[in-house]
Amino acid sequence: MHDTAHAVHGAPTSFIRKHVFSLDHKVIGKQYYALALLAALVGMFLSWIMRIHLGWGSFAIPGLHLLSKNGAPGNVMTPEYYLQLMTMHGTIMVFFVLTTAPFAAFGNFFLPIQVGAEDMPFPHFNMMSFWVTFVGFLVLVTSFFVGDGPTLGGWTQYAPLSAIGSVGGPGEGLGVVLWACSIGIFCIGQLLGSLNFITTTLDMRTKGMSLMRLPLSAWAWFITSIMGLTAFAVLMPACILLILDHVAGTSFFVPSNLVINDQVLPHTGGSTLLWQHLFWFFGHPEVYIAIVPGMGIVSHVLITNMRKPMLSHRVLIYAMGSLAVLSYMVYGHHMFVSGMNPVSSLAFSFPTLIITIPSTIVVLIWLGSLYGSKLRINAASLFALGFVSMFISGGVSGFFLAQPSIDIMLHATYFVVGHFHLVMGVAAMFGIFAGTYFWFPKMVGRMMNETLGKVHFWMSFVGAYCIFMPFHYLGIAGNVRRYQAFTDDYLIPLIPVHKFITIAALFTGFAQLIFLYNLIHSRFWGKPAPNDNPWEGTSLEWSTATPPPHNNFGDKMPVVYHDPYQYSVEGASTDHVMQTSPENLGNAPDEK
Amino acid sequence: MATTVHEPPKIEPERVPSQGSGNGGWRNLAPADGALRRVQSYSPPPASTGIWVIMASITMSFAAFTSALIVRQGTAPLQPITLPPVLYLNTLVIIASSVTLEIARRRIAAFMGGKKDQGANPAMWLYITFGLGLLFVAGQTFAWVRLRAQGFGLAANISYSFFYVLTVMHALHLLGGLAGMARVIGKLQNATLRRSTLDATSRYWHFMGVLWVYLLLLLWMKL
Repeated sequence: MHDTAHAVHGAPTSFIRKHVFSLDHKVIGKQYYALALLAALVGMFLSWIMRIHLGWGSFAIPGLHLLSKNGAPGNVMTPEYYLQLMTMHGTIMVFFVLTTAPFAAFGNFFLPIQVGAEDMPFPHFNMMSFWVTFVGFLVLVTSFFVGDGPTLGGWTQYAPLSAIGSVGGPGEGLGVVLWACSIGIFCIGQLLGSLNFITTTLDMRTKGMSLMRLPLSAWAWFITSIMGLTAFAVLMPACILLILDHVAGTSFFVPSNLVINDQVLPHTGGSTLLWQHLFWFFGHPEVYIAIVPGMGIVSHVLITNMRKPMLSHRVLIYAMGSLAVLSYMVYGHHMFVSGMNPVSSLAFSFPTLIITIPSTIVVLIWLGSLYGSKLRINAASLFALGFVSMFISGGVSGFFLAQPSIDIMLHATYFVVGHFHLVMGVAAMFGIFAGTYFWFPKMVGRMMNETLGKVHFWMSFVGAYCIFMPFHYLGIAGNVRRYQAFTDDYLIPLIPVHKFITIAALFTGFAQLIFLYNLIHSRFWGKPAPNDNPWEGTSLEWSTATPPPHNNFGDKMPVVYHDPYQYSVEGASTDHVMQTSPENLGNAPDEK
Repeated sequence: MATTVHEPPKIEPERVPSQGSGNGGWRNLAPADGALRRVQSYSPPPASTGIWVIMASITMSFAAFTSALIVRQGTAPLQPITLPPVLYLNTLVIIASSVTLEIARRRIAAFMGGKKDQGANPAMWLYITFGLGLLFVAGQTFAWVRLRAQGFGLAANISYSFFYVLTVMHALHLLGGLAGMARVIGKLQNATLRRSTLDATSRYWHFMGVLWVYLLLLLWMKL
């Protein structure tokens, strides 16, 4: 590996080295973005057909039988097939969209530029990181087409169901093995990525770029990479143990004398709760892996459009850091009803309530900084505001769920589904959109269409609330998640709500097609970026060419003189002072 | 204030890279036109940070395996097993390999610093280390084969499952260390070895030794 520790490598000439097996962090970042986009479309498509089924259970979706041999006779999905689609929706969205886009895609493209490096220190590892992740995605999608389809165990893949093999239902044999292989492979990719992100931040900063002069987005990626390093290093062993339970006859997760479908399983001596412990030790940091990069991106976008720094640069960084640390201490709150010792529930409840403090600090800094600012309204800043809104709305329901006594009622209902979709799913997606509209000119040298961007925002914003706010109502009404039909007496009156949600989901999905059109159209035919710094930003990505040259800064490395957010400095020659500008700011506050 | 006076920038004191000299320092930067660009003499070499990052991630993985073992033990007692005696011999081998590697590293450091002439052959000690590493893997393989022959395979019972998973995972990581060592030897022969490469590889190798001693204690106490 040490061989690869050259940040400097010549510009590639062949097509393959340039666009396919590229060592350039910028190409790798775009590859990650493309993968996330593909995965998001697949995930969204799955959610559409699930939603249609939930609203109109007997409605035949034309062509559905083509997706599965046994899952959709007469184009109406079976209960098992519904669960399979739901599992794939969750897995694809959490791993291949929410982790890859805000962290791996934007982080790869912009972290080295924002720290002032020519590339990441281990470019071969970086290339492997993407291709490994891509293989992981292929393995996961393959499970649609082999055996009896993908696993139905949910993205959390709770054992023992996930460990007992095909006796557990369709996809519980080969489907689970493919799922575990895919996620294990994904972990390798993210570990390699984290290795590069951490070393880039610590070792590759240019002259004058102290840690406190890193933009908030770079800080967010750095913090996320540390979380990724520790979280994925735990999920991978869990996947290995799960695979061994399937292929080697071990019994890590299956207890003795378990009877499934009238069969006594041959396994002996496993622990039923072991998977949950391992999974949630990864799983809770994972939700912060999804959201913290969004926080960084949104802060960066908001500051540029507010033309003033956040109330406190440092407190925001410390708050994101505390989120990362605390995220390891709260995982037990996913297991309040697992039969865990009630004392443990209490022990996990406290840090869960405490973690709301740094989250609240972050939100208050955003709101306090926004207050009275003359925010420039564009698609990027709208999505950043949308992120803040979603994060607050989704976060508030976390206060309820953090308390074991309330969670016993709300656990595994739509309330939880609404909570995490808003706070982690939609919020992180809005972070991705904010980053896309903001950085698109730097990435491809063309502007995205602002009008379409604003239409996309308002449709998504209204649509997302119409989808996920009713989820909370459904949850309080006792609607259990993962049901594929609502035939119980108390659920039948809720079906109109589900129909409304389905219509909202289709509407919101349509808005994403507008985004897709805007993205592709602007990529090839968009208005060329007027200059290298269309948003008048100050950080290093705006001081280089558009798109940046192979080694990011041409033949002269930047030297950094200021912190990244010198906006509206009194007496300065312009309203923003670039990090690379040697201008003397007098007594203006400036991070050292 | 802000009177665009171009006074010299205030830059934090530079951290002088500890290894390498000439040719752009640790990054071997030598542009074709001979004009050295501003190199970042600001930071330690990534190989050194990188290896700590890798070790942290491996530590987390084995912490996960350990906690799996402890959670499982909390559910119901584990069946006791007898560890194959060859493991203790292997432990001595891996400790010895760390010692020989350290001898090699110091000798190489000495003659990189010009304190010794090339007469004292440091490569020999690297070969010995590599050989001891291979011997350790052979010893572990022997233990697995013997256990299987006695009818104690991976799925014999949960204790054996943990035994195999922990030892095999360690061996796989150790093979990575052997590959790194092979690289170091190759580079030493071509006179392209950098100190940071050597230091990172030896740090990893010592880490593998420590990890093995930890695993042996864990297996010995828990199983």
